[in-house]
Parts: sequence; structure tokens; C-alpha cells
Amino acid sequence: MTTVSADRLAAILVEVADTLVDEFDLVDFLHMLTDRAADLVGAAAVGLMLTDHRGRLEFMAGSNETVKLVELFQLQANEGPCLEAFQTARPVINVNLGAAADRWPRFAPHATAAGFQSVHAFPLRLRSQVIGALNVFGTTRGGDFDGMDVPIMQSLADIAAIGLLQERAVRRGEMLTEQLQGALNSRVVIEQAKGAVAQARGVTVEEAFAVIRGYARRHNRKLTDVAHALVTNPVVLAEVIMA
Amino acid sequence: MGEQPRPGRNVGRRSRSGYGDSTDDLAILLPQPSAALEGRAQPCRSEITDAPPALSAMDDRAAAVRRLIGRQPSGPGSISGLLERVCRAATAALSASGAGISVMTDDGTRGVSAASDPDSARMEDLQFVLGEGPCVEAFTSRRPVLVPDLADDRPTRWPFYSPAAQRDGLRAVFAFPLQIGGARLGVLDVFRTRSGALTDDELGDALTFADVTVAALLDRQERAGRGGTIDDLSLAVEHRAELFQAQGMVMVQLGLSLGAALARMRAYAYAENRSLDEVARDVVARQLHFEREAP
Repeated sequence: MTTVSADRLAAILVEVADTLVDEFDLVDFLHMLTDRAADLVGAAAVGLMLTDHRGRLEFMAGSNETVKLVELFQLQANEGPCLEAFQTARPVINVNLGAAADRWPRFAPHATAAGFQSVHAFPLRLRSQVIGALNVFGTTRGGDFDGMDVPIMQSLADIAAIGLLQERAVRRGEMLTEQLQGALNSRVVIEQAKGAVAQARGVTVEEAFAVIRGYARRHNRKLTDVAHALVTNPVVLAEVIMA
Repeated sequence: MGEQPRPGRNVGRRSRSGYGDSTDDLAILLPQPSAALEGRAQPCRSEITDAPPALSAMDDRAAAVRRLIGRQPSGPGSISGLLERVCRAATAALSASGAGISVMTDDGTRGVSAASDPDSARMEDLQFVLGEGPCVEAFTSRRPVLVPDLADDRPTRWPFYSPAAQRDGLRAVFAFPLQIGGARLGVLDVFRTRSGALTDDELGDALTFADVTVAALLDRQERAGRGGTIDDLSLAVEHRAELFQAQGMVMVQLGLSLGAALARMRAYAYAENRSLDEVARDVVARQLHFEREAP
């Protein structure tokens, strides 16, 4: 049974379609998607991981990016629901974290310590490849989320995968690899930028993220571009922190 | 969307190419698929400790790459000597006809370069002479450029480079930027005289060669002129948000470029015998501050 609001889902799909035009920013898009997904199903947090082609999953975006939550995702590079969903290409549903210590000896205790009680993970599928996973955390003990609808979350995961293709027609499998590697590097740039702004302005890295975002929005520039500019050009850094 | 997608590859398949006497390291470079995934029993690698399998596999991959490089005959102790060894090791590991590395500044100016052999050196030069090609594109777009068949690609993509390279016998090029986020150091190019994509494992290995090269270049910066083998430059390649944040912070603290900040952090970690992760944690917690040097 689902109580996912058709109106709200439709609104998300329109927002996604609207964003998938030429000049969109991937990290922003994925953040938006995870944020709306969390809202849609009443999850405590939603996050997204991508393969790095070297054998690990890397965190790409989340509905919130507190240090604690990011750490929880980084743990999943080696063990956890995301890795399972990625490796098996099948969703992992309704796992009670309190009872999952055998299954995920490092991840499960950290997740419960962070206040989460249940977890789902959905493979990000693109054509015949699995390129990552979408992770949903809940604070409902051991069962369905309220209003949880598995096919809908899987669709949102698939939409996230589509968003990774910045060109409509992807002829070559190589292009996907190039896109993914580019996206992962962009994520690194954003973290470096957060550190630079945090240091320069004397704020936390979370606050720094908000500063960078705000600047990008006000100047109608891509988040990733601003981040790259401010770590390679001190003049831009000075501008960003002054705003 | 009815078809069942192929499961994500956390570990790779054994390559079909034959290798010479480096089979042990190459076997590590090609980790065994998990039995559950492949439906076949696979031998365990007993030297793996209690670290989770994926992490061990990746660390092993980097360690194996470093060993392959270390085994190459050493020439001059200069940077280009080191890079040449990387090129030769990569050529062997990736069933390539050759490889080239060009160090570049952020604006694309080419500095030191090296190649596995004279033909590959010429191929490496060609892109810079013509100002176009996969290498140049990989650097500016900050992502790999993978061309399994030059003849099959859009003719307008590199109108000068493509025909010239093919005339010289090149059929496939795979260019990997040498970068950590905003710090760009150059490019690694892998050349083949036959067309065909890199396998998943070869891709993972090539990316690992790029990672190891980045680390070596950063460490070389800090230890310029002091020589040392590739084994000395063996701080692991780390991938944690905290580390990247710390890099940004140290960049501002030092008032230097991002690349210089990276090099300084690695040198500090090495000198203090601490992991990069620990150093990063202290920096982010504002318990460690890098001072500008007095002018």
C-alpha cells in the first residue's frame, strides 16, 4: 500500500525534467533528487553513491550532508546496503539496523549510533550496467517506511542514473565511464572548496557549503564551476567569502 | 526497462592477456570475483587480513602497481626517469603498445614528459604540437577520454590529430587526467596499435596507475633532488571527504596552490609517520595548522 502523493511525485518529475537541460550541474541535481526523495517517502536521510571503477563506491550527494551522515556513506565503500544493491543489482529493502550487525559489522552499529533504525538501498541502473546505489535511511523501527513504495524509489534511482548523462544521445559505453569519473572528481573539488571557504571565512564545512551554493545561485553559475574556480583562483575565493 | 542489468563490478574478472614474470603482482591487480557473484568457487587470498575485501583489493591494486613500477630498470633519478618507469609498467600491465605522461600546469602548459619508448614519445608530443587530442581534452575536461577506435570516432573531434595518429599506426588511445579534484598535474596516455576498449579490470588498473603517478609527482615536488625509490613515495591513495576538505583548508593556510598544499600535507604525514587520514582529521578539527613559511 502506498501513500506516496501522486501530486508530489509529479512535481518531482517535472522538476527533474526541467533540470535535465544543457547547463545543469550534476552534484546539484543529485542533491535535489535525494532531498526530494527523502521528503517524498518521509525518510530521515537519502544518499547516493557511485562506482569509482577501481572497485569502490564513493559518496556523491545526500539530502543532508552532515559529517556524521557522510561518514556513514563512506563506510559503505566496503560493506553495507549500497554495496549489496550495487553488487547484486537488486534492491535491499526494510532492513532493521538493530539486527544487522552480523550482516554489516561496521556499518550497522555506526548507523544505529547515528539514530537510524531502518535502511533500504536501490541499485542505480543504466542500460545493462549498475553504476551505484541510492540509500534510504529511516527512523521507523524494522519495517516499511510510512508511504514507502519500492517501485517509486527504484524509479527515482533510475532517474538519478539518467541525470548522469549530460548528453541526450550516449553512443559509447566509454562516455558513461568518462561522465562518472568526471562526476567523482567534481565531488572532490567541492570538498576541497568547502575546506577552503571554511578556512578563509572561519566557518564549519557545512556552513561553507551553503556559502558556495548561495554564491553559485546568485551569480547563476554551476556549483561545480564555482568550486573549481575558487580552489584554483584566490581572487574568486575572496569574492565568494565576501558575499 | 525489462532487462536484468549486469551486477555492479566490485571486483573484476581475470584478463585473458598473457603476462611475463610479473604474474604474481598482476594476479593481485586482477582480484578474484566473489564466489556468490560468479557462482564459482574461487581461491581465497590468505594474505588478506580482516580488512573488508573491496578495500584490500584496492590497496592491493595500488601496491601491485607500485611494485610493477619499482621493478622497471631505473634510469636517471630525475622526475622524467621515474615517469618513464611508470610508462613502461603501464604498457606491460595494460597490454598497450606504449604509454606517455605529460606534466602540465593548470593553464595547460606542458612541462616534464616521459614515454615508454621513442614511438610513444612521438605520439605524446603530437597532441601538444597540434594542440588537440584525447590527452588535451582529458586535461581540460577533467575526466578520462577513452577512444577504443580512432577510426570509428567522429572525424571532426580531432581533425588534425586523428588522421596523423592513425597514419603512425595508432588505433586506440586512453587518456587519464592526473588530478585530485582541483589540483591538476598532467595526463597519462595509453596507446594501442589495435582497436578495442579497455576491459573493466584494465580500466581500474589504468586509474590506479594514474593515482599512483599523482602521488609520486606530489611527493617528488616536496623531495626534489633528494632521489629515493618509488617505494619511499608510498603513502596510500586516500579517498575521504575530510581529506579533501583539509586540502582546501591547508591551501588557504599556506597561501599556496592546491597542488602545493597536497604535497606539503603528504610530506608532513610522511615525516611524522602518520596517516593522511589522521593529519586531515586534525586539520579539519582545527588542531593542526600549517604555517606559511617566512619570506
